[in-house]
Amino acid sequence: MRELKLMKGNEAIAEAAVRYGVDGYFGYPITPQSEVMETLMAMRPWETTGMVVLQAESEVASINMLYGGAGAGKRVMTSSSSPGISLMQEGISYIAGAELPCVIVNVVRGGPGLGTIQPSQSDYFQSVKGGGHGDYKLIVLAPSSVQEMADFVGLAFELAFKYRNPAMILSDGVIGQMMEKVEFDEYKPRWTDEEVVKNNPWGTMGKTPDRERNIITSLHLQAHEQEAQNIKLQAKYKEIQEKEVRYEEFMCEDAEYLMVAFGSAARIAKKSVEMARAKGIKAGLLRPITLFPFPFKEIDAFSDRVKGILVPELNAGQMVEDVKLAVNGKVKVEHYGRMGGMIFSPDEVENALEELIIGG
Amino acid sequence: MKEEIIIAGFGGQGVLSMGKILAYSGVMQGMEVSWMPSYGPEMRGGTANVIVILSDESISSPIVHEFDTAIILNQQSLDKFEKAVKPGGLLIYDGNGITHHPTRKDINIYRVDATAEAVKMKSVKTFNMIVLGAYLKLKGVVEMENVLKGLKKSLPERHHHLIPMNEKAILRGGEIIQEISVVE
Repeated sequence: MRELKLMKGNEAIAEAAVRYGVDGYFGYPITPQSEVMETLMAMRPWETTGMVVLQAESEVASINMLYGGAGAGKRVMTSSSSPGISLMQEGISYIAGAELPCVIVNVVRGGPGLGTIQPSQSDYFQSVKGGGHGDYKLIVLAPSSVQEMADFVGLAFELAFKYRNPAMILSDGVIGQMMEKVEFDEYKPRWTDEEVVKNNPWGTMGKTPDRERNIITSLHLQAHEQEAQNIKLQAKYKEIQEKEVRYEEFMCEDAEYLMVAFGSAARIAKKSVEMARAKGIKAGLLRPITLFPFPFKEIDAFSDRVKGILVPELNAGQMVEDVKLAVNGKVKVEHYGRMGGMIFSPDEVENALEELIIGG
Repeated sequence: MKEEIIIAGFGGQGVLSMGKILAYSGVMQGMEVSWMPSYGPEMRGGTANVIVILSDESISSPIVHEFDTAIILNQQSLDKFEKAVKPGGLLIYDGNGITHHPTRKDINIYRVDATAEAVKMKSVKTFNMIVLGAYLKLKGVVEMENVLKGLKKSLPERHHHLIPMNEKAILRGGEIIQEISVVE
């Protein structure tokens, strides 16, 4: 029996983390995601599941606490918003290099710089193309509802541990701040110390006489060793690309025009599709759920079927580059965006479809 | 049924909590709901608004720029949102502090003097429930039984002793909406 609540996306992240059996949350407050830590503090999970909730002195400290906790094989997570995530990039690169699982939630606000506290999707590049230094990838999930905010906590941890790779939940101020109905699973117990050791034999949980010591590092001074590590990482990313693509289609069966949108923009675009359909325009929506791995093949499958693709995003045009890569010039692709925390309305997007794609 | 509502006024007037109670009432009635606040640098005395959508079907966009109903509690919000009501839609406003009254002819406009009534009832904090009661009288989107359940759900337990007072305010709102006239 799942439990039904009315909650903000940020609150759902916190509730889901406790219920999933997360071992530690380390964070630093920033709008529009401060409710994540506020909810955790109010829940006092250290008294029930034993989960640690700690306000660090900065985002740099939070991400390095994650590095330590993840190195010991624990389920650890943090959340922040754009400027805070920028501060974490060095640590994220180290965690990716050392191949450790953890979950990072970014409730994006407008930038660059301190920017605005209003919603934006302008951290797409930072999330899927690097952000920190070196050749690495995060597994990136883009929730578009409060339910997905809750569900993706567990999914992100599962994928992170399966591939020993940091996973990011890329949300924004719309999904973080709005309330919707959300259903939760029963509480799951945290891993015992024995389970941590058994499930994560690579973790630094104390050396036993029967094995060599485990070393967690992202430092390989010999170039050939670093290259070997890079080759291993790239093989892993290829496997993730092959096996873990997730997306959702809405009214795509007979679509002549396609929209590709993620997260909050996908919610707005869904209504735009309904509006277009009401006018007799056969529009459809493909919503990438994983931004890495990106549904390249699945979007390319529409190249021969549709007359044009519109990519509405709350940014200056970021995911549109990946959509263009996917279709490789076979069909017209245009971007429509608002920036700096401004949010387009469903009819603005529908108009853009008519002007840029159908009439353009 | 689908009802797209904007509630707008000063921060501190209970705009967000009115929306939350309405949304919770929808949940209690088995509807799909969304509650999207303006969470900008608003503060007490600044402006605050929330979009609440109640629907029998799943809600695509929680953000809309046109509304079936606008519940307006100050002049700035009236200036901003009168034009955002769909033709044939409903605008309810509290007359307190309003100098430029709404003028549109293609929407239904009602005035509820909830601020004055709350003072009369010696219960200034339940002002927003008077407005909610007025709205529910005009558009019975949720049953009163579910509103009371929603109220109970959205108030922390330590405030549950205030429920009868809020219920009274909701009912009073329904009564005084009878006394107001449609603005010509």
